[in-house]
Amino acid sequence: MPDSAAAGTEPSAGAERPLSDAQTAREWLRTMMLIRRFEERAGEMYAKAKIGGFLHLAIGEEATIVGAARALRDADYLISTYRSHGHALVRGTPANAVMAELFGREDGCCRGRGGSMHMFDAERRFMGGYGIVGGNLPLGAGLALSSDYRDTDEVTLCVFGDGAANQGTFGETMNLAALWRLPVVFMVTNNQFGMGTAIERHSAVTDLQRRGEGFGVPGVECDGMDVADTHAVVAEALRVAREERRPTLVEAITYRFRGHSMADPEEYRTKEQVARWRARDPIETFGRRLVEEGVLGEQDREALDREVVQEVDEAVEFADASPFPAPESLYDDVYVLGDQVSGWYAIDERSPGVHKGEDEREMAAGDGGDAATAGAGGAERYRAETERAARDGEREERPADEAQGEDDGEADG
Amino acid sequence: MATLRYREALNQALREELERDEAVLLMGEDIGVFNGAFKVTAGLLEEFGERRVRDTPISENTIVGMGVGAAMTGLRPVVELMTINFSLLAMDQIINHAAHIRYMFGGQVKVPLVVRMPQGAGHQLGPTHSHCFEAMYLQVPGLLVAVPSTPADAKGLLKAAIRDDNPVIFIEHEYLYGQRGEVSDDPEHVLRFGEAAVRREGDDVTIVGISRMAPTAERAAQTLDQEHGVQAEVIDPRTLRPLDLDTILASVRRTNRCVIVEEGWPHGGVGANLAALIQEQAFDFLDAPIGRVTGADLPMPYSKPLEQIAFPHEPQVVGAVLALFGEPAER
Repeated sequence: MPDSAAAGTEPSAGAERPLSDAQTAREWLRTMMLIRRFEERAGEMYAKAKIGGFLHLAIGEEATIVGAARALRDADYLISTYRSHGHALVRGTPANAVMAELFGREDGCCRGRGGSMHMFDAERRFMGGYGIVGGNLPLGAGLALSSDYRDTDEVTLCVFGDGAANQGTFGETMNLAALWRLPVVFMVTNNQFGMGTAIERHSAVTDLQRRGEGFGVPGVECDGMDVADTHAVVAEALRVAREERRPTLVEAITYRFRGHSMADPEEYRTKEQVARWRARDPIETFGRRLVEEGVLGEQDREALDREVVQEVDEAVEFADASPFPAPESLYDDVYVLGDQVSGWYAIDERSPGVHKGEDEREMAAGDGGDAATAGAGGAERYRAETERAARDGEREERPADEAQGEDDGEADG
Repeated sequence: MATLRYREALNQALREELERDEAVLLMGEDIGVFNGAFKVTAGLLEEFGERRVRDTPISENTIVGMGVGAAMTGLRPVVELMTINFSLLAMDQIINHAAHIRYMFGGQVKVPLVVRMPQGAGHQLGPTHSHCFEAMYLQVPGLLVAVPSTPADAKGLLKAAIRDDNPVIFIEHEYLYGQRGEVSDDPEHVLRFGEAAVRREGDDVTIVGISRMAPTAERAAQTLDQEHGVQAEVIDPRTLRPLDLDTILASVRRTNRCVIVEEGWPHGGVGANLAALIQEQAFDFLDAPIGRVTGADLPMPYSKPLEQIAFPHEPQVVGAVLALFGEPAER
């Protein structure tokens, strides 16, 4: 396959935005480093089968995460995609809770129900990672509608990938957001590939920032490899949304250094192209800049790295020590229980094997353990699975065919 | 009590809930200036203004998704889709988000969203505007599903749906919009989900009628009584999730025979599911196989005579019941 990166999407020099105060700059660097180290360890844990399912890393895209999220106020909403470990971390979700979620444990930020693609932290107004490409755009507009309806000055930042720009929800949501003057900023992180399909091969108009104009949403570009430029551009878009009630589409030009997910053989791009982008590593360049401008000493930079590595080590320990969710919690939170829905057994009317006849329905809401495991395939299987997953020292490398099959039927943005 | 049409009862429920709770807002195609494709929202824009009664573009997936986002953050949106057929465009937001968000995020948020839409054949609208999809929504854990068949139920259940903290698929019926019935005018008269209505008592056979098929089953029961001396008990479940299985089982254990009537397709239908539940839990009480009367297994044809034989009417229900007693089915 030819090296298909078009001129317009090659690494650019990046606008030299003036730095804000030293403490802020340092915090940006540290958070980007935390996300990087966290995801590197997550990749290792995936290889050791501590983490299941899919694992999409944002390594290389940290400036888009930190620059954009740091332009938000605490009361603002952030909503993103299935590549969202960094979005949880940047909003302050403890690394422990994010790692425990990846491990599928009870102390995970979603109690092990969501996994890598479905992070969430309501308290910190991180309104979720979503597994369906483009699915989060309507939700983001809905958050903004709610903020507007409640007469607040909250703004929503809705992040999605270049692949999502081709979904129907893109046009539908742009139109509605502009029509109803919703306080929302859309940020497309153009990492050049929808999974393994290069942008020139999936989009007739590759200048994605232009794609909102026809719907009444003006576009603007930022250097997604430069945290300060991303911050400045998103901050202005947020101001316009907050004060003038006009949505903006920000295109952050970036690149993911790793494959789409852990099993990606990366046959769709050249090593040279990857190397050119890696030379613009957002953490390396920003760190170097801080040293050059006297904000940090080289030793401070190393100390920061040790700090975040330690935080990540602790997160792995924490996650590994956290219990798997109890079998009797299987049906928790399918419904909000109350007057109309008194328990899962009131909804799931399956056979006597599950309910043991009518008596079962009389039991108290929290009392359904046996029946829950019976419904899902039995207590025995649950025990075997938890024991297998928690077995000490035994490292189950995932079989190659399983990994190869991973990307089948999946799409990316 | 007042005598109202089904659509007027729905209108009253919406009006009362808009008045009662500032968090309630309506969104949908042509619900405002046009007063609703079926006039359910007539007058509400004028009364409550554009902030609370919102005409939307034709973007089903996005307006449902916006409803989900708004519901996650404290509002109680009621989204109208013009017909259930168009809800297929919103399937992603309904299933992947409305139904699953609470569970997949470990219970951190609620999604108190109502998606209202009518279904049903009989108006010669052909294959894209005539189907009944309650069975598809019934299948999804996380959703509540209501199928009211009377004006009183339409009002009482819609108010319950709006006040409930779970996402509700609220399925109305195009044929029923014009039907009249007694409706309570007490704004606090709210029905509960999961309580079936026994429309008619009888000891010989239990007929379960879904949505518009509940009144069809009632008419069939009258014919069975008058012409065949068969006393049928007619049950309208009113909601499919939660399902009041207890009332149905108690009836079947007494009558020992059961026929389920629905307008939707036979395979994977409401009746298929309910028949499985009944045979699992009341097998020893059955004196005959459970009968099903369903819509024909095909896309709805346009031509009137064809359309009329493609969904159930009273004679098919009578025939299915008589077949349980060893008499040949009428066709």
